[in-house]
Amino acid sequence: MLRVEHLKKTYGEDDQAVEAIGDIGFEVNENEFVCVVGPSGCGKTTLLKCMSGLLEPTSGEVRLHDQVIDGPPEKMALVFQEYSRSLFPWMSVRQNVAFPLRRKSLGKDEAKGLVESAVRSVDLDGVLDRFPWELSGGMQQRVAIARALAYQPEILLMDEPFASVDAQTRADLEDLILNVRKEYGVTVVFVTHDIDESVYLGNRIVVLTKSPTTVQELLDVNLPDERDQVETKELPEFARLRAHVYRSIKRKQPEAEPSTT
Amino acid sequence: MRRLPDRLLPWASVLGVLVLFELLPRVGILDSANFPPISQTLSTLAGQVVGSDLWTAVGNTLAGWALGLGIAAALAVPAGILIGSSRLVYRSLRGVIEFLRPVPSVALIPLAILIYGSGLQSKVFLAAFAAFWALLVQVLYGVQDVDPVATDTARSFGFSRTQRLLRVTLPSALPYIATGLRIASAVSLILSVTAELVIGSSGLGRSINVARSGGDVKLMYALIIATGVLGLVLNTALVAAERRVLRWHPAYR
Amino acid sequence: MTRRQNILAIGLEIAVPVLLLALWWVLSANSKTFYFPPLKDILTTFKDTWLFKRVGSDVVPSLERMFAGFFIAVVLGVVGGLLLGLSRRARRAAAPIVEFLRAIPPPALLPFAILVVGVGASMKIFVIAFVCVWPILLNTIDGVIGVAPTLRETTHVYGISNRDRLLRVMLPAASPQIFAGLRTAVSLALILMVISEMVASTNGIGYFVLQSQRTFAIPEMWSGILLLGILGYVLNGIFVLLEKRLLRWHRGARASALS
Repeated sequence: MLRVEHLKKTYGEDDQAVEAIGDIGFEVNENEFVCVVGPSGCGKTTLLKCMSGLLEPTSGEVRLHDQVIDGPPEKMALVFQEYSRSLFPWMSVRQNVAFPLRRKSLGKDEAKGLVESAVRSVDLDGVLDRFPWELSGGMQQRVAIARALAYQPEILLMDEPFASVDAQTRADLEDLILNVRKEYGVTVVFVTHDIDESVYLGNRIVVLTKSPTTVQELLDVNLPDERDQVETKELPEFARLRAHVYRSIKRKQPEAEPSTT
Repeated sequence: MRRLPDRLLPWASVLGVLVLFELLPRVGILDSANFPPISQTLSTLAGQVVGSDLWTAVGNTLAGWALGLGIAAALAVPAGILIGSSRLVYRSLRGVIEFLRPVPSVALIPLAILIYGSGLQSKVFLAAFAAFWALLVQVLYGVQDVDPVATDTARSFGFSRTQRLLRVTLPSALPYIATGLRIASAVSLILSVTAELVIGSSGLGRSINVARSGGDVKLMYALIIATGVLGLVLNTALVAAERRVLRWHPAYR
Repeated sequence: MTRRQNILAIGLEIAVPVLLLALWWVLSANSKTFYFPPLKDILTTFKDTWLFKRVGSDVVPSLERMFAGFFIAVVLGVVGGLLLGLSRRARRAAAPIVEFLRAIPPPALLPFAILVVGVGASMKIFVIAFVCVWPILLNTIDGVIGVAPTLRETTHVYGISNRDRLLRVMLPAASPQIFAGLRTAVSLALILMVISEMVASTNGIGYFVLQSQRTFAIPEMWSGILLLGILGYVLNGIFVLLEKRLLRWHRGARASALS
């Protein structure tokens, strides 16, 4: 469904060039939940921006349904890490969630229905007419997710969406995204630096290296489909995967031979 | 225009404007009696620069500006610090300040004429009055915006009120005072030129008006440009001074 | 502040202005100075002149011209600011021209305006518009530039139309900053209204005040000054109220961001 081919992204020019992404390639199939994990500063956000068409890659391409992406595709939605800067503070929750639907020329009732069911599925029923600043961080991120869901995308990209909330809220949001994905049948690409989260949520994991970033490893997650914060994390398979990913990330790059003096 | 590198864009647009104001009068689209070709204005300006009339006028305007700003600063900074550092005093005077602050100082022009006539004193009175309020407000903000943690820390170390004022409040309020001085400077210049225009005190404002009413349009434009340059120079100088003096302040790092 | 201090503060807030007014009244009551008539006379003259004898002949034309000029400045400043805010290259090109034009002290422009536009209402409207446009323009530009990148990226991700992006995202996002510019512009508009009327007019509040001075109608002059002061205060107050209502979301968002 989505394919990243030999993606490369360099910032700056000549001797000030920073090669954020060296060569990344992987595939995302329909209905998968793919977690992208890597050390900090490894260009995960750059990767997501290239995948969503917000940034142009230096070389290589991203294809959705075999069409090259050169701008945000209609079937794709993106949830950012900083919810406070991605929700519009002068709009109520309802207006925020409904805003992207303007593009889709829907009837007023249809749009209203989409908004309300999206907000319901993120458990925010009572706050439709509140403003983002009146809500907690976790609630604001739910609004952002509801907005993405109401948009009815085929594929949802998420850029470390739960990094800015506390641990318990994060656990709730993790379960929320799993439920919601089942309900809406949407494919998810989820970027995170939290190894536990990547194993808990994903059914495939893409492990990235330090910059210049390449794909260290592609893993399948053989855990049962039904995930539970306690039970799943007690499984030996979970611990094994977790340790494996950790070691994979920590594995050093082969160093250049030191010159003899 | 599209292919020009960024660096050249400002030059290109200035050039474009100059060319426009040179050609349009010559071609007749703009009435050349009211809009002389810019080259003529600029050569008039050049002639003024080497003469003495322009500099006398500039001197007069600057005198009003400097005295007005100076008096305003001498009054507003201490007043602002005193009022701002006492909650009771501030609350007592808040109503008066909030009422007098929006009063357009130009409303006092007739009063100035009555009391001081049409010379330098009138100009300075108006400039100082207007600059005072602009600066006072900024000083008040600055003093009131001091981090209470900093003053509490000083107090816990046994600093007296005066010491806290001098060593904590004043330094942290300096950026506001600097902004206030910049605004007050602009206000003082505006009021000086206004007084020259309306009351007829000597200075650039009067010279511009005299040029117009005497029909010397090129001179009028030349003097307007000179006044604009003066405004730019004063502002730039103040910004540079501000940066140097407040180099150490965290807001400027 | 303790509760006692707070009550004392409120008391002072009311008492001090009242006391100062009373002081003015008493000190000037037996005034023999020509230039400082008794406050009583000033207030009587104020009532006779501005309630409502000269409202139609002077106040209305003054305010009409001021609002016309201000309105033009708002439209040009906001539209121009939006366009320049969105294009870095346009900003670079326009920068030297804008910086120079706004450095010209407004009164210096009056002779130019008189030359080119004459001495009628259009001259005053022109001057007010020309001068008030700069703070609005610059603040709008700052407001647009300051819009968080993530907000912009969100509009791209969801394919928001250009029109919607401009009117429903950029404009509201920049509105707190634009408002700051509007407040500055309003006080400038008042000042220029007065000056332009003092220099070349046959009616208006500013004209009246100066004319009163020339004909030595001193209480009338003071009543005019008082009116201008009230006008300045009321205009400022209107803006504060407008800001409180329209920008409630901004204060809320900022407060929650800081906590």
